[in-house]
This record gives sequence, structure tokens and C-alpha cells, in this order.
Amino acid sequence: MSNPKSLRVAIAGQQNAGKSTIFNMLTGVRQHVANYPGVTVDKKYGSYQDNEGIVQTVDLPGTYSLTSFSLEERVARNFLLTEQPDVTLDVVDASNLHRSLHLTLQILEMGLPTVLALNMMDVATGRDIRIDREELARRLGIPIVETVGRKGQGREDLRRTIREYDTAKETLTPPVDYGPLETDINAIEADLPASEVLKHVPKRWIALKLLEDDTAVADMLMTKSNKSEIEALLRRVTEQRNTFFQNQGLDVADHIVASREKAIINLLEGVVSGKDPNRPTLTDRVDRFLLNRWGAPVFLVGTVFLIYQVAIVWGYELTTYTWPLLAGFREIVAGVLPSAGFLVDPYTRAMGLWLVDSANTLLNYVPIFLILFSLIAILEDTGYMARIAFILDKILHRFGLHGQSTLPLILGGVFAGGCAVPGVMATKGIPDNRARMATILTVPFMNCLAKVPLYTLLLGIFFVEDKSLMMFYISTMTIIFALLVAKLLTKTVLQGEQTSPFVMELPTYHLPTVTGVARRAFDRTWMYIKKVGTIVVAVAVVVFTLLQFPGLPEERKSHFETRGQAALEVFQKAMNGNQYLSVARQENIVPLVNFYNDFKRAKLNASGAEASRAVNAEFEARNAEFYPLVKPPKGDKDARKASRALKKLASASKSIRREMKEERITNSILGSIGRSLEPLTQFAGFDWKINVALLASFAARESSVATLGVLFQQDADQNATLEERMGSETMAAGATSLLATSMILFFALYPPCLATTVMVKVQTGSYGWMLFSIIFPTILGLLVSSVVYSVGLAMGASGIEAMSVVYFSALALLLLVGLRGGQRRIKLHQIKTAGG
Amino acid sequence: MAPSQPYLAKTLNDLTPGKSVKIIRHRSQGAVRQRLLDLGLMPGAEVTMVRSAPLNDPIELKLEAANVTLRRQEAATIEVQENE
Repeated sequence: MSNPKSLRVAIAGQQNAGKSTIFNMLTGVRQHVANYPGVTVDKKYGSYQDNEGIVQTVDLPGTYSLTSFSLEERVARNFLLTEQPDVTLDVVDASNLHRSLHLTLQILEMGLPTVLALNMMDVATGRDIRIDREELARRLGIPIVETVGRKGQGREDLRRTIREYDTAKETLTPPVDYGPLETDINAIEADLPASEVLKHVPKRWIALKLLEDDTAVADMLMTKSNKSEIEALLRRVTEQRNTFFQNQGLDVADHIVASREKAIINLLEGVVSGKDPNRPTLTDRVDRFLLNRWGAPVFLVGTVFLIYQVAIVWGYELTTYTWPLLAGFREIVAGVLPSAGFLVDPYTRAMGLWLVDSANTLLNYVPIFLILFSLIAILEDTGYMARIAFILDKILHRFGLHGQSTLPLILGGVFAGGCAVPGVMATKGIPDNRARMATILTVPFMNCLAKVPLYTLLLGIFFVEDKSLMMFYISTMTIIFALLVAKLLTKTVLQGEQTSPFVMELPTYHLPTVTGVARRAFDRTWMYIKKVGTIVVAVAVVVFTLLQFPGLPEERKSHFETRGQAALEVFQKAMNGNQYLSVARQENIVPLVNFYNDFKRAKLNASGAEASRAVNAEFEARNAEFYPLVKPPKGDKDARKASRALKKLASASKSIRREMKEERITNSILGSIGRSLEPLTQFAGFDWKINVALLASFAARESSVATLGVLFQQDADQNATLEERMGSETMAAGATSLLATSMILFFALYPPCLATTVMVKVQTGSYGWMLFSIIFPTILGLLVSSVVYSVGLAMGASGIEAMSVVYFSALALLLLVGLRGGQRRIKLHQIKTAGG
Repeated sequence: MAPSQPYLAKTLNDLTPGKSVKIIRHRSQGAVRQRLLDLGLMPGAEVTMVRSAPLNDPIELKLEAANVTLRRQEAATIEVQENE
């Protein structure tokens, strides 16, 4: 007893029994999520310390039973079979004890030492359900602990019981009597060879599974035992199964379920009392409003609007307060990196700042995601998310999706903005494999937050008057496209995928807990941040390299150097006879220009007179010698003159740098790729600059605007915004609002960013689907854009006209597909009913 | 919905809200059947139709303590008997 002893506990339970809250209650924050080897099912593990040692805890996937029909059940069962936990903790919903015990009995039949957590006792008590815990424990032969996971009640009791139970392990009596099947069970038990694979489980369990025709168990026996012996055994079992059916008029599997059901009725006889199933619960009464024909749409639209308002509108306002933090971070990095040269910066500096900028644009969305994911966690925890699935299943199902596609689509940004990474991740919960695949492949069509800046940019240039109409088109068109694409994929490439029915429990309403919501919101946001930290940064490096190399040819380099030298000479001439000449001596010139640029940028970022004065003080402290040249003291003529000369020099340096950068990009690898794609993209109206921006946006959507910003460069003197610059340049090149429409359409259909495609790989478990998720949208997007641009050009349509036509055609197609699908189903149904 | 024929057994698909029935038998097989059984739709179980979704499909049922939803397509595979 005095030796610290570690223990391994597996937590099993049905969905909605509060398994995860019990897991959180036991382990606190010390937990990790991974995948089970080879499959995409979550494996959550954590640990806690009791007074005897560490207790390792695994949260198994929630399952209703332990057959081999679904992936989750196979995963949970295999874990129990092969890992042999010291104690299995079965979490049951006390208010739904009858159904929960089906799983309990299956666990007991596997011969596992089990502790029962009678969870959600508060709900049961609230419904006047009284459970004689001691009597039930006696009848089941296992310890039972009452808990309320959400409130943390029963934690110590549970920990103690787990520990004590492990030291007092005992063999269990078989809890279910299978009546006429017992002779068959005994016969198979006697025939079973000693097997290494399944030595931990009772032979009775194996016999039952073989009689149930559980192929997974049969396969397990095959791998390790004498093949012919097992094959003979399986043939006998099949015979027994047939004989049983002939004698009893009942399938063996049905008989097993029915026997278990009878056992449970006996177990609960006199144990549960005081309940009245006909009395409407609070959940029933709430649903009368939230799910009725009129209340449901109103409340659903209201909820969606509220999420949009709080997360997106207010969240964006919040980023104005958090952006200075990121800008400050950039300044710190800029200070640490080697300082800028006059015309050419050291690579470490250029690359470092490029990385920080790429990461910052993404990190800027963190406040929005925290709010958005918190609200979504609240929807999930209250139980309303399941109701949304119930309300919308008919529409989604008609297009090949599933009621439970709602959550992934909302996370992906169906109405306002989201991120496809958590969206694709959330498809995990969809039980229908075909609908799940269709959801994975359509979530990236949603309005991810990163698409918004490009839309805003293009609307600001080309659609000043029709801005709100265009925004309406864009934000509602995504779901139209997504539904049509889902239907298309379901009818083609996904046709062979397995489907399963929409059978789901509507959980009891719960008040969400702060910790539960916060944990989920942080987990999902963290996933997003990890994306920024890994993939996006990695791709930023690649794009940076592709934009830098091969660099400028020697003669262009010397051309720019000569121009730089000329600017320097002008400066030195202007400084002649100036009292500050010694400050502006040769070796000081580059630091001086940098000092000037830093000062101007700091002034620009400073808001308000107070902050502006603080910047002055800071720069004076940083270099009192340089300071008079950037902020001439009143009445100091020489300083004013020197400052003017410095300004000229700085702007000359800036404009030469810009020209060099543009030439570098034009010559760069990415630039040549963009140009080589022009013959293909010309039908959509894209020139090489746009191609480069779209290529860069594959790394992360945000890059598109940043890249366009670089490509449509300004001279330092014109302080025009990107919108004005792009407007004047592209318009000069004959660009129209039609081109903008073409770009918007392409961007709406464009393949998911790299991080999302990686998540597609994780969720589908196949590189093939990952490639498909890149290639298919590219072709689709290019096709749509080309048709719209070419036809629009021929007909002389404006951008808004083209967009309206596309929008209403898509809408008409959607209605057509939706209604036709419905009619066919009714017809089929009639044939079935008539034919009997 | 098509009116149920007299020679056909009534199914869960044919109920109006508020109606209580007893499950007799499943026509589905394999994973679908297992899933229905797991959620408590067992032969002999008492089921009350609660409501249809606003667009008529799926439907919500009450079984003992749980509220379960399923599509009409699956509901039509579960034969029931009316309670008196």
C-alpha cells in the first residue's frame, strides 16, 4: 500500500452521457488529444494523482454498444480487448438508465473490472427519478458512484472507488441469461482453442460474438490460431445459428438483444422508482417553442444573426485593440534583426519580417475565433446544435449532406467568416461516410475569414455603388455553390461511399459551464494558431524564396546602384556647409535613413497627441544626435534644411527599392510561373500579377492581398492606398469590374489553403482525396471564371450584371436540383408502399 | 404522405404527433438495425411521436427518457402497433 502504484483507467459510455465531462473532472487540465493509430477517431488521454500514485486515463469514443458495426465501436472495443485497462469506468446517464445499461452489460460480459458512474444525477433528481444505488450495485456486482460531472460532484468518491476497486478485483458472474441459446454458447466455449489473441476475455464473450456473426472477432481468431480448426468452428457456428432461427423463429442477434433487454428490466425492477415518463420535462416544454414549425426558423435565424453580430462584427472591433500588440511584436523583431541597408536588406531581415507579417495577418483573427468558437461551444453544450441538425437535415440531405454537416459549415464560415481548418476537423462527428466526405470537400467553399480582405479590396475598387448588393451576393452564394457541388460530388465520385441513416438523440438541454466552453474554444483556436505556427510559416518561406530568386541580373543591379549613388550625392551636396554635416557623415547615412523611416512609421502608428509626444521622447532618447534631423527644433534653420534633404534621400531610397522589388518579382520563379499560366488564365481575364497573387494565396488566403500589395507598388511620394493604386493600374491596363467579378468567383471556388488540405488528408486518411480537394476546385473555379469573363466580355456586361446573372442562375439550379430530388423520392416512396 | 394501405402494417412513418405505439419488428438489417436498437427502438418498446421537423422530415420520437430523431425513410422500416 505504501508503494506508489500507477493505474490505467478507460472511460466508456454512451453518447450524451457526460463521458467527457467526467474525464475532464478526473484529469483536470493534464490531457492530450491524439488519433488512434490508423484511424481518425480522437484518442483523449490524461492523468491524475491520487494518494497512491498516478492514474492514467483514456477517454474512449462514445458508443451505444460494442458491436463491430461502426468505427468508434471497433476502436473502443479493440482498446478494451488489447490494452486491458486495470479499471473500466462506465459513465451512464442516470436519467436514461435503462438504455445505458445495454452498454454496461456488454462491458461486463467482456470480463472487465468495471466501476459505474451514475452521472447527471441532478437531471434524474429533477425529474423525480429515484435510484436505489446500493441495490443496483449489489445486483450488478460492481461499485456505483453518483456524480454530476458538470458541477464536479463526486470526484473524490469516484477516484477513491477506482483505487479501492482495483485492489479488490474479483471475477464476475455472467449477468445475462440467454435462455435457449445457452447450450449453443456452452458448446462453442468448449470448442474454442486456447488463443493468444483473446486470452484476456472470457470464452463466453467470444462464443456470443461468433453467434452474433461478428466478423471482426472471427478475423481476430483466424490471425493467431490454427486456420482450419477455426474455419471448422465457424461452420459449426453458422449451422447453430440457422438451427436456432428455425427453432425459435428469431435471429440470434435479435435474441441476444432481447435477452439483454429482459435482464435489464429485471435489474431495474424495484430499483428505479418515482418516474413518470409521460410528464413533460423542461426540455420538452422548451422544444415546443424552439422546434415548432414557426418558432424553429425564427429562432434559428436569430441565433445565426446573433453569432454574426457578436463574433464577426464585435470581434472585428476587438482586433483594433489587439492589432497594436502584433504591430509591437513586429517592431521588436525588426529591432533584433540586422538593420536595413540603403538599397538591399540582408536576407535574414527580409525573410524574418516577411514571416512575422505572414503570421501577424493570421494571428489578427484570434480574437474573432475565440468568440466564434466559444459561441459554437455554447450551442453544442446546451444541446441546440443537435436541434439545428434536426431542423436542417431535410435540406442538407437533399444535396447529399447531413444534418450534422451544419457545425462544420458554420465553423467554415457559412454566413460570415470562419476557418476551414476547424470546419473540416468537425466533420468527425458525421456518422454517414458519404455525407461526411461531401462535407469535407465543400467546407472549403465557405467564406473563410481570409477571403474577406480580397473581397473588400475588390469591392472598394470596382463596386463602390453596389457594395452591399455584391457583399450579399458573395456571402449567400457560397452556400449555393457548396450545396450544388455537394450534390455533384455525391452523384459522381462519392457515389460508391458508404451511407448510414440519420438516427440521432436530441440531448436534454443543459446550461453550459464556463470551463467546458472555454476549453473547447481554446482547443479550436489553438488548432488555428498551430496552423499559423507551422504550415503557414513554412509556406511563407517557400513563397518568399520563389519571389526572391533568381534575383536581379548584374547590369540591373549596377543600374540601381548608380541611381542610389546619385541620390547620395544630392544629399551630400545639400548638406554642404550645414552645421549637422558631421552627424550626416558617410558611415552614419544608412542608420540615419533607417532612423528617419522608423520615426515616420512610429508616428503613423501612434494615435492621439499623447502617443505622438511619447514617440518623440522615445526617439530623442534613442539617438539625441540624429533627432534634430528628423524633428528640427523651432528656429533651427540648418536642421530644417538637413531634415528636408534627409526626407528626399529616404524617399529616393524607397522608390529605388520598390522598383528593384518589382523587377525582382517579375524575374522571380513565381513570376515566371504566373506568366506561363497566362495562356490558360487569360480567358478568365487574369494577368500574371493576379496569377502570382492567387498562387501565393494557396499558402494562406491572406497572402493574396499582401502579394497584390507588393505587385501594385507605389512610389513613396504618392501616399495612395492599395485600392487606389490597383484601381489606376489595372484600369489603365483595361481591367473592368467584369474582371473583378471573375476574380471574386474564382476566389470563392478556389482550392482550400494548404493548412486545410493537410486537414483534409488527416480526416479522409488519403492523399488522393487531398489532391482531389486541390485540383477539383481549381478546375471548377477556372471554368466558371472563364465562362463568365469571356461571355461577359462578348456581351459587354458590367461586373454587377455578370454577378447577378451568375447568382440567379445558380439559385435557379439549386431550386431545380432540390425540388427534383424531392419529387423523385416521393415517387420512389409511393412505389415502395404500393408494391409492399 | 401516401395513405397507408390496409394490408400493410403501420410503420413509425405513419404517425401523427402525440400518437403512442409499440414497436413490433424491424425491416432494416445490419448496421442500420443495430443503430436503431442501440437508441432504444427495440421490439416491444413504447414510442410516442413528438413532432416532425419544420420541413416535415426527419421526425422526433419519445422513448422512455430519451428523445430520438430519425428520417422518415428509416421510420418507414419500423413496424408498429397502435396502443389502446
